[in-house]
Amino acid sequence: MRLTQGTFSFLPDLSDDQIYRQVQYCIDNGWAVSLEYTDDPHPRNTYWEMWNRPMFDNPDAQALIEELKEARAQLATYYIRVVAFDNSHGWEAPRLSFIAHRPAEEPGFRLERTETEKRRQQYTLQPYASAHPPGQRYR
Amino acid sequence: MADDFDPQRPSRRPRNQGPGGGEQPGAPGDQAQQPAEPAPSPAPDTVDLNAEWQNAGVQQVLDELDRELIGLQPVKRRIRETAALLLVERARTRMGLTHETPTLHMSFTGNPGTGKTTVAMRMADLLHRLGYLRRGHVVNVSRDDLVGQYIGHTAPKTKEVVKKAMGGVLFIDEAYNLYRPENERDYGHECIEILLQVMENHRDDLVVILAGYTGAMAKFFQSNPGFRSRIAHHIDFPDFQDDELLEIAKLMLGEQHYQLTEAGEQALKDYIAKRRAQPHFANARSVRNALDRARLRQAMRLFETAEGPLDAAALSTIDAPDIYASRVFKGGLDSDHASSEDDGQPAG
Repeated sequence: MRLTQGTFSFLPDLSDDQIYRQVQYCIDNGWAVSLEYTDDPHPRNTYWEMWNRPMFDNPDAQALIEELKEARAQLATYYIRVVAFDNSHGWEAPRLSFIAHRPAEEPGFRLERTETEKRRQQYTLQPYASAHPPGQRYR
Repeated sequence: MADDFDPQRPSRRPRNQGPGGGEQPGAPGDQAQQPAEPAPSPAPDTVDLNAEWQNAGVQQVLDELDRELIGLQPVKRRIRETAALLLVERARTRMGLTHETPTLHMSFTGNPGTGKTTVAMRMADLLHRLGYLRRGHVVNVSRDDLVGQYIGHTAPKTKEVVKKAMGGVLFIDEAYNLYRPENERDYGHECIEILLQVMENHRDDLVVILAGYTGAMAKFFQSNPGFRSRIAHHIDFPDFQDDELLEIAKLMLGEQHYQLTEAGEQALKDYIAKRRAQPHFANARSVRNALDRARLRQAMRLFETAEGPLDAAALSTIDAPDIYASRVFKGGLDSDHASSEDDGQPAG
């Protein structure tokens, strides 16, 4: 199952060139771009690990592309996303984030139904991959 | 799809390199978006170089260079040649005659104060207009910004700087400092290795300009042959003539809305001739320092002699006494070492 999250979740994965343009757009708007990665891509997990430092003062997006290449080489079995943070007053929030790399195999999520009192159903999403310890979840 | 965010971006960057996460075959967005190159799709049969020259704004940059930089004829000629070469190269690329990106790394050698930094800025602008640089900004660094203080500190530091310079010019001032042969554990080696790698692999992304004094740079290139072979353009900056320095002085004063009296001009002429013979002469930088101090003295003179209100002309006129008071006329720097009024340091 192909995981979709973030700004361009409805699109096919962006090519490096398209990523370059998106990131350049962010930089031109004065947002701080950074890379984050995780092997726990549950939709409710907002705490992804940060790759290196946020790139505040690189005027050209090629710098992030270089970092992304390095991250992909080292974290091939992780999800990597690009995050653009807007620190201007009133926003102070990520303005844009999208997945830039995904593991080759994505087993997806299991929907768990639990019956509670009066036959009420509770639903939980459980990633199949989370059966393994962190670091061994995807291939 | 938001694909037109940066229409300015030249097509020079090789597309879709590396293990692309987003390059699955059949992703419909990809193929449709890729050929949006500014180059006309069928290769043109002819090229009007003059029109290209005008359109790229090359002439504009060269005119600016002529206007703002006095003298430096050999440098200007080299820049003109380089611009012509790059323009022809670009036309050839469009016609499909060549696919390699030319090496653009340069070295600027010359004495202090001969305009290396200023020319680097213009060069970045020129390369940006010709489409060889995406942003055209200049990142000005020296050894301190590149070389770390302990093991493992240098590589990340250098890489940070390189990333900052992507799309522009990495100007390394006094580059010979990177290599310190007298200390074999010096971390400069590590930095040099990374720089060489970057100069080879990221020719599309940034241009490295090494600057320094002629003698020291010659030694530097001798001991680092890798640099010599990766640098295509060696530009030597000659010293300014006395009359050129006077022109420069007038230009500097004009920018600050000051003017020289006739006697003041003669005084400045004498000053330049005398100053040149003294140690630590740094061409235009010495002149700038001299003018700064002349303004200081002018202010004092106004305070001490003014009777009644002063008009704008009086406030912005530098006279002979302001310049003749310099200790250059009293035997030079060596006459009073203890003076707080220290002139041009050997290097900026």
